[in-house]
Amino acid sequence: MDVNKNSYTFGFAAVMVVLVASLLSVAAISLKPFQDKNVESEKKQNILSTVGIEVSREEAAAAYEKNITSTYVLNNKGEVVEGDAFNVDLGVELKKPADQQLLPVFESVNDGDKIYILPMRGKGLWGPIWGFIALKEDMNTISGAVFDHKSETPGLGAEISLGWFQEPFIGKQIFEGTELVSINVVKGGAKEDDMHAVDGISGGTITADGVTDMLAERFDQYLPFFNTKISETLDLSPDSLVQDSSMAFNLNSIQ
Amino acid sequence: MSEKKEALFSKKNRKLLIDPLNDNNPVTTQVLGICSALAITVQLKPAVVMALSVLVVMSVANVVVSLMRNLIPSRIRIIVQLVVIAALVILVDQVLKAFVYDVSKELSVFVGLIITNCIIMGRLEAFALGNTPYKSFLDGLGNAFGYGWILIAVAFFRELLGAGTLFGYPVLEKLGLYEMGYENNGMMILPPMALITVGIIIWIQRMKNRDLIES
Repeated sequence: MDVNKNSYTFGFAAVMVVLVASLLSVAAISLKPFQDKNVESEKKQNILSTVGIEVSREEAAAAYEKNITSTYVLNNKGEVVEGDAFNVDLGVELKKPADQQLLPVFESVNDGDKIYILPMRGKGLWGPIWGFIALKEDMNTISGAVFDHKSETPGLGAEISLGWFQEPFIGKQIFEGTELVSINVVKGGAKEDDMHAVDGISGGTITADGVTDMLAERFDQYLPFFNTKISETLDLSPDSLVQDSSMAFNLNSIQ
Repeated sequence: MSEKKEALFSKKNRKLLIDPLNDNNPVTTQVLGICSALAITVQLKPAVVMALSVLVVMSVANVVVSLMRNLIPSRIRIIVQLVVIAALVILVDQVLKAFVYDVSKELSVFVGLIITNCIIMGRLEAFALGNTPYKSFLDGLGNAFGYGWILIAVAFFRELLGAGTLFGYPVLEKLGLYEMGYENNGMMILPPMALITVGIIIWIQRMKNRDLIES
């Protein structure tokens, strides 16, 4: 058989393409359920690790049920809207205009304090980066941070998924007074007393800047929610209320 | 089956396995695979993962192409080789994603790099198309080892001098070098230093092995 005839070449190419394509599609479709389960468990693992709960992937589902007390979805005015927080795909949401985006919130309790966990998503150097930030009840102090990425360079940008990069976020604050300043990842290292900055990554500046932008952009979306929660906390302290009104009363009577 | 069967590890077959480690190294002698040697040698761990992935893909692809060598039309042979490599890499990645998720996460970035690694195509083209499957398998293994040890050697120096760690373990800190005023050389983390490190390895190799020096 002459393997260099035109007809043979076409035939060979056609058969090869069909064979390889079907092999890969069968593999992709039959393995999809297993892959999805891994991705889902990993997401639960990530959410839990922001509140300091480290579990294996097998235990993630049970631990998630136990520790995440409630989940809901907000619009960008801070109002609760219908939706399943866990299955909101931020990759899709980010493409929508700001006023149509769904903003998921996960609540947990740590040592009796309520913790709010917010998902993040932005752009790295080569592809998407994402993560979860856990905020304390004051809506200001970060109590945990996790980041991950699709295809950042190992040893450089990919370092955002490691503990040494994530741990310094804990205890940092996103508000300066009443102004939202977010957290900056600073090239060359953050000043030790800077409450709004963490150290950057040598050779990973573009990915690190991606993290800075992602945090600023996402926090900004949640700003109305933060403000509602902050004013709720203020309203709920009855002592200050009483004092304020009595003072107002006194002032009035003097006048 | 009339001709005398060759021993499993005859001198010729051993040569296939050992030659690429030094005299005919794909990186330092043939100067192939430089792109990935540059991209992923910042740390040891990814370098090891990459070396292992190339080992698997190269030996299997060599066998597959060698089995089909009499059927492949010569005008589209490069495309066929590329399809074989790409299909293998994607298949392996899908299986890992389903059953060994952590390994697949380590590998994710390398999938593209494995497919475009010119050593793999180079061996398919230069060897597997004209040799029996077993010989091709040995050739694939040998070249993957030759590529792998250079990768790991470069990564060793870059991680040690650039970050002061090995496999993420802070070696230099434990040795107390920083207290004596030592500082990491940040330049080692940048890609050009991979080329310079490879250059130094080539230099040492040619100093020891004068036959490699072109007149």
